[in-house]
Order: sequence, then C-alpha cells, then structure tokens
Amino acid sequence: MGSMHRLASKIQRPFHLLGSRLMEWAHHIGGLVLLIWHIFLCLMPWNWDFDGPEIWRNMYRVGVQSFPIVVVTAILVGAIMVIQSGLYIEQYQAHGLLGWGAGYSILREVGPILIGLMFSGRVGANNTAELGTMKVTDQIDALRALAIDPVAYLVIPRFLAMIVMMFLLVVVGNFTALVGGAITSQYLLGVDMMLFYQSIISYVLLDDLWHGLIKSVCFGFAIAVISCYFGLSTRGGAVGVGRSVNASVVGSAIAIFVIDFVIVYLAS
Amino acid sequence: MIRVENITKFHQGRPVLQDISLTIGEGTNLGLIGPGGSGKSLLLKIICGLVTPEEGKVFIDDIDVHQLSVQELADLRFRIGMLFQNYALFDFMNVGENIAFPLRQAGTYSEAEIAKLVKEALIDISLPNIAHLFPNELSGGMKKRVSFARAVIRQPPILFYDDPTAGLDPVTSSKIFILLQKMKEERGVTSVTISHDIEGIKGICDRFALIDEGKLVFNGTPEEIEACHIPVVEKFWQGYSDDELGT
Repeated sequence: MGSMHRLASKIQRPFHLLGSRLMEWAHHIGGLVLLIWHIFLCLMPWNWDFDGPEIWRNMYRVGVQSFPIVVVTAILVGAIMVIQSGLYIEQYQAHGLLGWGAGYSILREVGPILIGLMFSGRVGANNTAELGTMKVTDQIDALRALAIDPVAYLVIPRFLAMIVMMFLLVVVGNFTALVGGAITSQYLLGVDMMLFYQSIISYVLLDDLWHGLIKSVCFGFAIAVISCYFGLSTRGGAVGVGRSVNASVVGSAIAIFVIDFVIVYLAS
Repeated sequence: MIRVENITKFHQGRPVLQDISLTIGEGTNLGLIGPGGSGKSLLLKIICGLVTPEEGKVFIDDIDVHQLSVQELADLRFRIGMLFQNYALFDFMNVGENIAFPLRQAGTYSEAEIAKLVKEALIDISLPNIAHLFPNELSGGMKKRVSFARAVIRQPPILFYDDPTAGLDPVTSSKIFILLQKMKEERGVTSVTISHDIEGIKGICDRFALIDEGKLVFNGTPEEIEACHIPVVEKFWQGYSDDELGT
C-alpha cells in the first residue's frame, strides 16, 4: 500500500509542478493585464492629474542618466557590425554595401534589441527594486492610507518617462552606432566614410528606421509595465526585492524577444 | 464610530483572523494587544480598507468601508491618519516634504500655510530643526515622531497607531505616548493603538481588545481586563514575553 502511494505521488509530482507553474504564470499575466488596465484608466483625459516635475525627474533619471552607457554600447555595436561584415565585404569587394549591411541591421534589429536589453537591466531593474522596497517598507500602503493611488502617483510618471526615453535612446543609439560603424570602416577596413554613408542613404529605407523605432516604443511599454508590476507585487523583505528584480529582468528580456518576433512577423 | 463585524481573513488557506467583532465608540482609544503575529496589524489594515477580508464587514460612521468605490474610499481616507509600524516614510522625500505631503495632496492649502503647519508639527514633536534631513539620516525614534507628525497633520478625526513604540528606548517611548495622549485630550480623536508596551498603553487607552492566534479573546475596559482570568489575557497583561505565553 505504502509503495503504491509513493509511486502515485511520484507520478503526480511533475503534473503538480507543471500545474503550480502554470498557475503562477496565469497569476502574473492577470496581474499585468490589471495593471495595464489601471494605467489605461489613469491616462484617460478625465483622470489626468499628472505631476509634471515628477515626470521630468523620471525622464532625467531613466533617460539622461542612461545616455553615456547607451552611447558607449552603440558605438561598439556599430564597430562590431562593420568588423563582422568586413571579411565578406573584402572577399566580394562589395565595399559599397558595407553601410547598407550595418545600417539595415542596426536600425531594424540590433539597435532596438540591445538598447532594450540594456534599458531593462539598468532602468527596469532599478525601477523594480525601488517600488519593491517601497512595498516591503509599507510606503505603498502609506500612500493608499493618505488617499493617493500608487499607480497614478508612482507608476504613471515612470511609465511615460520610460516609453519616451526608450524611443529617444534608440534614436541616439542608432545614430551613434552608425557613427561608430563609419569610423571603424574608415580606420580598420579602409572603406571611405563617405562611401559608407552613401551606401546607407542609397539602400536603407525610411521603413527600416520606423520599424526599429516602433519596436523601441513597444519595448519601452513592456519594460515599464513589467518592472512596475513586479515592483508593486513584491513580498517578503529584501529577499523578495531580489526575487522581484530577477523576475523583472527575465520577464522584460522574454517580452522584448516575443514583441520583436511578433513585429518582424507582422511586417514580413 | 467604528464597527467591525465578523471579520475573517485567510492567508494561503490558513485563517489568520477568525470572526472578529468589535465596536470602537466616538472619541475612544482602543488598545489592540496580543502576541506577535496574532493578526493585529492585519486587522488594522482591514479596518482602514488597505486589505480586504474574505468575510465580514467594517463600518466607519455607518459606511461600509469595503463596499466603497475608489473615490469614496479616498474621501474616507482623508478622515483617517495612520502611523505605520516601520515608519513608512517616503525615502525620496526629506522630513519637511514627508510631513507636508498629505497637505499638498489635499490641494486645499497654500504653500505658506503648508510651511507654517509643517513648522508647527516639527515643534510639536520636539524636532524643530530636521526638516531638511532625509529618513535614512534619522534614528528610529525620530522616524516614529516624523511618521506621527505626517499621520496627524491633516487633523483626521480617526487615527490608527501600529506599534508606535516598537524598538524604541523607554524615554523615546514615553515621548510618543505623551503625543498620543495629547491627540486624545486636545482633539478627541477616535483611535486604535497596537502596542506591546503594556505599561505605556495602560495610561492612554479607554478599552482593550486582545487577539491571540487570530481570535478575539478579550474586549473590555481596563477594569475588566484587570479582573480577567483568561490565562493568555492575564499573562499578557502582566507583561510576559511571547515565549512565555507559549506562542
């Protein structure tokens, strides 16, 4: 009887694990949908009660302070793209396509994705940690006790700032990546900078630029919602904050790739 | 008047509050006591609408707190002040901004009025020169007093104090109890005070309720609790530790 019971619980175990994991995912997805709905309601014109200075403060924090790291990363990305294509460019003597190759991939794909991942690691994680700490130290309850909606007061300024600044960072990142690519092509591959730019202007379409910029807005939206959700649902002290930050970074990375896939699929 | 009717709350399938019923009359200060982890803070959060119970109702002046719309609940909360157990000061604001915050959010005070009220509040809590400091620069006792000033700055008629003297030295604790007493005498507020400091709380409460393992085991006047022979009440009133209470 005892061995039968053990066998039954062994068989049940993977199903139990799968079930509890699915319940956990359903709980998070439900929570995210509710948060998006709450944000949507707060953004309705009749609910507008934005704290202007708070939005500016957040834009400075998430955007301006991310500027140096985005610029450095983008320059290196541009350089790497050019060096990677350099071998084939030399082999086929297709110097006139170097700018197109780098520009097309940076504007459509590499720029938004890398800046999105960087943004989620730097800004999203910080946002989750900040809101999570506020949650476990009762600051969120204190806001509610003072008749203040934490979503309107804390999430909306972050949400707006993160979407706007993600877009602007991708614009800046794209530009600096192309500059990095041009410098690399001139000094490491010996391809004239002007030829590099003419190649971009001739072959890269405005659609390619928009494709990447639309992605940047979607990534900003996803990172903002996910980081705020995991921050506000933090439980269990410092350990809980760590868990939330981890979940936020992983969730944002997954969301970035899923959104990227959907946009690429829809645009193809 | 605050009326709590048959409140039951579960956490992960386990009941943490069971069938709690209480009435707190106008101008009364109820002392909510009991061993750590018995559900006192949770009950306080349920009373002020921060947590929703699975069963039961809470009425504040005959208004069912958990049936209110978001706007109605916000309006009700303007009449409530809450001092949190772990201060809950906003760490991105300095002391002055923390105390001024409820006034600024009310939107009915001029900046000059806010500055005047904050200054008075800081004098009331005997910390007149700390408006520029941030919460991480304050001691526990200072944080408690600042948190107290923020809770009472809008002069709400109802106040909830969640363990106002936890972790404080006896001198600072007595300062806090003097502030609570002042609130009661000068403003006649209706309040609920959670505390483990039995000696301190004896002097400021009109009634006492003791919760043990999520159940209300005593509710009565100081005289009644003195005469009560329920073992857990007797021991807690005499100041035994949680270990000695066997919890």
